[in-house]
Amino acid sequence: MSVSYENSKIVFKGIKDAGITSLSALPETWLGLLLQQAEKDPDVRLVQVAKEEEAIGVAAGAYFAGERHILLMQNHGFLAAMNGIVSLAMLYGIPLCMLIALRGHWGEPYPWHTRGGIVTEGVLRALNIPFEYARDPKEVGRQIREAYTFSQSSLSPVALLLTRELMEEPL
Amino acid sequence: MSLKRAECIAMLYPELDDKVVVTIMGACAQELYDLGHKDNFFYLQHAMGLASSVGLGLALHLPRERVVVLDGDGSVLMNLGTLATLARYQPRNLVHVIFDNGSLLSTGGFDSHTTSGVTDLAAMARGAGIGHVAAVDSAMAFGEAAIEAFARDDLSVIVAKVAAVGPNHYGMDLHLPENAFRFKRWIAGRRDERGTTSAGR
Repeated sequence: MSVSYENSKIVFKGIKDAGITSLSALPETWLGLLLQQAEKDPDVRLVQVAKEEEAIGVAAGAYFAGERHILLMQNHGFLAAMNGIVSLAMLYGIPLCMLIALRGHWGEPYPWHTRGGIVTEGVLRALNIPFEYARDPKEVGRQIREAYTFSQSSLSPVALLLTRELMEEPL
Repeated sequence: MSLKRAECIAMLYPELDDKVVVTIMGACAQELYDLGHKDNFFYLQHAMGLASSVGLGLALHLPRERVVVLDGDGSVLMNLGTLATLARYQPRNLVHVIFDNGSLLSTGGFDSHTTSGVTDLAAMARGAGIGHVAAVDSAMAFGEAAIEAFARDDLSVIVAKVAAVGPNHYGMDLHLPENAFRFKRWIAGRRDERGTTSAGR
């Protein structure tokens, strides 16, 4: 399997069509092609962090600044960002629109991803973070737009889980 | 250590009227609040380590504002990667003040890793790639470093060695989301003001 170039383009187009002008991210395999497009796009600011929890701070700063910002991370990065999500975003009512690569789930060949993949949905539910799975390239643009809108109206973190079905394709 | 964080914050206070200010939790937030709250102050009362990340997000997206982060050794030690991220993006409009009291003062006064000069945060900031780093331990040196940093059109870090003392009371007449809402509105108001001004020209 390899990362789907076509669907990475579709996801990036969805981000652009949602009017997003700023992204924070920690690169990972499934997000690589997406982030390459963001880097090349003069209308999008990409802030690459050293650890995902930083991105929660950057996103809060972007929100205060009035910028349309989303976060891109792997689910293990979501787990690493937990205290920032709870004790910055949720505590202060700061919206976060998170696009999370769901590694370690159905079809996962790599053992090291599996534990994080198994717990991701449960952690989202425990935190009462609204989420959806993105599987269909025809739907993902709408899902990104709606996730962003809901984060802003609810002043809450929301998550769109980017699945293997969407992000990978056969070699 | 004779320098006190409260006196450093009092020296900065008159300069903060038109700055976007983010503080860490506890003593640092309280000492600024006690001088008189303003809507352009955001107190990050939890999520230790992220004040500088919030500052980075503000500085990159508000290039016409000056952003000041009032940080501490315990918080920076929880998010050392922030120094490298700041260095990478080098926001020219950000002044990052780290009050190093060598102590986790607000949570019981345990020694932090910087106690007795074991860990040098200024050296770590320089090593991360930040060009303008001042290490100070007197009121005069702090004042000079702050004046230089505010005048400089570049990312500046000031590490101030201060005594491990804090206020004798804690509490604010300000709910946390209220702080966030008013802070965001202050920034939006500045944007509107500027929009009107430039349209009028």
